[in-house]
Formats: sequence, structure tokens, C-alpha cells
Amino acid sequence: MIDTAVVQARDLSLTFSTADGPVHALKDVSLTIDQGDFVSFIGPSGCGKTTFLRAVAALETPTAGTLAVAGMTPDEARRRRAYGYVFQAPGLYPWRTIAGNISLPLEIMGFSRADRQQRTQRVLDLVDLAGFGGKFPWQLSGGMQQRASIARALAFDADILLMDEPFGALDEIVRDRLNEALLDLWKKTGKTIGFVTHSIPEAVYLSTRIVVMSPRPGRITRVIDSPLPRDRPLEIRDTPEFIALAQQVRDGLREGHSYD
Amino acid sequence: MTSAAMAGAKRRTGRSTGRILPILTVLLAIIAIWYAGAVWMNATWVRDQAARADTVLTTSELVRQTLMLERPVLPAPHQVAAGLWEGVAGQKITSKRSLVWHGWITLSATLAGFAIGTAAGILLAVGIVHNRAMDQSVMPWAVASQTVPILAIAPMVIVVFASMGVTGLLPKAMIAAWLSFFPVLVGMVKGLRTPDAMQLDLMHSWHASRAQQFWRLRLPSSLPYLFASLKVAIAAALVGTIVGELPAGATAGLGARLLSGSYYGQTVQIWAALFAAAMLAALLVMLIGALERLTLRRMGLAR
Ligand SMILES: Nc1ncnc2c1ncn2[C@@H]1O[C@H](COP(=O)(O)OP(=O)(O)O)[C@@H](O)[C@H]1O
Ligand SMILES: [Mg+2]
Repeated sequence: MIDTAVVQARDLSLTFSTADGPVHALKDVSLTIDQGDFVSFIGPSGCGKTTFLRAVAALETPTAGTLAVAGMTPDEARRRRAYGYVFQAPGLYPWRTIAGNISLPLEIMGFSRADRQQRTQRVLDLVDLAGFGGKFPWQLSGGMQQRASIARALAFDADILLMDEPFGALDEIVRDRLNEALLDLWKKTGKTIGFVTHSIPEAVYLSTRIVVMSPRPGRITRVIDSPLPRDRPLEIRDTPEFIALAQQVRDGLREGHSYD
Repeated sequence: MTSAAMAGAKRRTGRSTGRILPILTVLLAIIAIWYAGAVWMNATWVRDQAARADTVLTTSELVRQTLMLERPVLPAPHQVAAGLWEGVAGQKITSKRSLVWHGWITLSATLAGFAIGTAAGILLAVGIVHNRAMDQSVMPWAVASQTVPILAIAPMVIVVFASMGVTGLLPKAMIAAWLSFFPVLVGMVKGLRTPDAMQLDLMHSWHASRAQQFWRLRLPSSLPYLFASLKVAIAAALVGTIVGELPAGATAGLGARLLSGSYYGQTVQIWAALFAAAMLAALLVMLIGALERLTLRRMGLAR
């Protein structure tokens, strides 16, 4: 069992000390993410979704508990480039073309020029941006820019993809398309994905497991395993299974929320 | 010519006349005020002369004379223009009376000082951004250096260098550098710090070294700020150079030209040198502006 765990958190706590006193962003969080899982984190603002993802990425340091990523400490995993991180904003460099942006992490990691070109081409195909490599970011729509940023996170073949509300700034129609594309990509690559979202349908549609969280202190209130098959056409959202699952998530959210 | 190209050309000329008209209006107003000022300020002297010669001047005669004095209090625009023309085109450019020659002396020291100042400003900014100790210690000294009146410092610099046997370009360039490093420092510190937390986190997630972070993220992000500072810095360098040419003994450069003009009451010469300096400054700033547009457009930072 242990060897399939890509992320393993035990009694993980993370407290920020601020001018207004300590903020318990995460408290006693235990969670195992297995190889090939698509895990969504959902919960109201401030419940620690981002903080958890950042702790996995070694961008924050937990104050208590243990956290293993790919069998290593998060920082070792970062140094070995075990994950790709996608933020809410694409964060592409305006002075680089799309291909140049995708090849940026590859340059930093010391891939050869030929390798960089070949990888850039491959991930551009993967996110359906073939032919846009020579364009500059401002020439692309928001959705296309976000696909490019996903391609950038995929280019160096990390096993883990961490995505923090990657489609949060996009409209519903674009979002639907990107959700489909992301599922497709996940099936093709077999990556392990951690995905933060605010949207219940998005979480249910994408995930194999849904982690429901609640704030003050940030904690996990429910982990729901999805009975949905891996092959999911968009229409699956009208099936009774889907609707029941969404209801379960909604209940989980309500139960964690004390209206104080 | 295609119709699209013609429309484009029409739009361009339309835009340029739209821009030139207000500038022309202001220019004409300034010249008119200048002429009025010249008549007014030189009238006393002309009247005194007339009284001494026991002649009575008509108004038109008075105006005519105020605008063609050899040593007017305020020379008229056409006199300054003639002085400029005479200084630029009326001499061999190797002559000590040529404004081109003096301009070149000033320009070379300005460029040298600008280069030194820019390099110093950039290096200090890089240090400040990457080193905590420098972050906390350099800025107050940099600010203090700029509060020292340059007019008081310049003669000292010249004298100290001269005592070591160094004269000519270098001491003036040091004064120019003194004035021009500061805007570059301030602009570059701001520019190198523009990348936001997300950009830096991305770099961190790729395990980028500080050098990679600098060359690939911080430096390109800072270029718009660098160019804005460079425009201020080159103008400051020119002022510094001219101030460095004022202390007694200097015989070359626009500053020396200004000074010798004031010794001998050659107001036309002063104004001609002044305008030469102003035009040189405008030219330099425009040059950097062109370089800026070119670079930023190529980088996709200007649209
Ligand atoms: N760098 C920080 N310093 C202080 N408090 C922080 C910091 N980052 C997050 N927090 C706080 O931690 C809590 C959890 O934040 P976050 O993980 O961003 O929540 P979410 O992503 O679920 O909206 C919030 O109360 C937030 O204000
Ligand atoms: Mg968040």
C-alpha cells in the first residue's frame, strides 16, 4: 500500500503567525493520495486548500505532523522536480513566445535544445495548442493561456500535477471544454493530480476522490471516493450517480460550515 | 498602394499633424513672449544711450535697436539662432569657437559618466535585491549622496583629481556618474522587484538557481523601469558634466563656453551654449526613448 502513495500526510498542521496572532491554516490533516488519483479539494475560502497544495509543493513548511511526497520530504521532491504546479493565473512571460514559455522550465533544468523542442511540441499537442507555439501570450485567449501554463507544467514529465483553481478565472463554457481536456490528458498520461476548486460540479466531474474541507481551523471534514467510471463524457453530469455524488459533496460542505 | 496602406498613411499623417499643431502653437507663444521680454529688458539701455547722444527715438526705432544690441541683457531669439548657427556651421569643427567641438567635449564626458553611473546603479540594485545587508545599508547612503549640493562638490572633485594629475574627461565623468547612478539605482531596485510572488514561486518550484531567476525573470521584468531611469540619468549626466566644466580653469565644453560668455558679457554666446546643451539633452533622451520602444516592442512589453 505504502509504495503506491504519492502524497502521504499525517496529522499535518500549518500555522501562520501573523500580526493578529496565529492563523491555523491546516490542523491535523491526514490524507493519502495514490498513484494515478485525481483528487479535488473543495471548501469555502480560507479552509487551507491552497496551503495544503503549497505544503506538498514545498512552498510552505508545515509546523507539525509528517508529509511525504513520492516517498521523500516535500523539499527533496521539489529538488527532484517531482511535480508541476499550475496557478490560477497563467503567469506566462510576455517577452517569450508560447513555445519559449513552455521551454523555460526545461532550460532551467538543463534539457538539451533538441530535447526541449521535442518536448515543447509534444505538450503543445497534448493541450491542443499545436501551431500556437510561435505566438505571444497576449495573442491568445485566457483559456488558451491557461492551457499553455498547463503544458509548461507537463513539459518536464513530473509525475504529480498540482493545480490551484486553474480554471477559476475562466467562464463556464471555456471551463467545460478545459475540464474535458484535462480528464483526457489525465487518462493519457496517468499522472497523479491534486486539484483545488470552488465548483462542486467541477470537483465531481473530474475526481476519483473529493476532499471536502472546512475553515477555522482548516481541516478535512470528508473524503468521498467517486464511483464514477474513468471514462466520463460531459453528459455524465446528468446521471443520477453524478447528482447523488454532488449532493454528498454539498452535504459535506454544509456540515463543515458553522454559520457563525 | 493598396487602400488599406493608404488609409494607414492617412491615419499616420493625421496623427502627426494632430500632435505638431499644439507644439507649434506653444512654440510661437514662447517666441512672442521672448521677443516682448527682450524689448522690455533691453529698452533701458537703449534709452540711456539715446539720452546720452541727445537723440529722441521713435517707438519703432527703439524696438529695432533693442533687438540688435551686441551685448543685450536678453538677446532676441533671432540673435541666439544666429549665434547658434555661427557656432555650429560658421567654424571649423576643430576650432575652439565651434559649438560642435565644445559639444563633443561635453558629450564624451556625459556618455562616459552615464556609462559609469548606469553600471554602478545596476550593480548596486542587484546587490540590494539579493543581499539583506546591502538592502538595509546602501539606500540611505545613496539618498545622502544626492542631497549634497553638486555645485559645491564639483569644484572639489575637479581639484582633487587635478592634484593627482588627472584632468579632462575623467573628473567631469565622475561628477556626471555621481548624478546619474541614483535614478538608475532607484528604478532598477523597483524593476528587479516587480516579479510577483507567483512568478517567484514558479521559479522555486522548478528549483531554479538565483542566477537563473535573475537572468530569466528579474532582469527582463526590470527593463521598462531601467529605460525610464536611463532617460532621467542621461539628462542628469549632462547637467553633471556641465557643472564640472564651470570651475575656473576649464576651457573646453559647453559649460566652459557658458562661463566665458558670462565673464565677457557675451549674452548671445551664453544663450547659444545653453540651447546647444538643451538640444543635446533632448537628442540623448530621444535616442534612449527610441531604444526603449525598439526593445520593449521586441519583448512584447509595449503594445
Ligand atoms: N502567507 C500567509 N500568511 C498568513 N496567513 C496566511 C498565509 N497564507 C494563507 N493564510 C491564511 O491561511 C488560511 C488558509 O488559506 P488558504 O490556504 O489560502 O485557503 P484557501 O485556498 O482554501 O482559500 C486563511 O485564513 C489565510 O488567510
Ligand atoms: Mg486558495
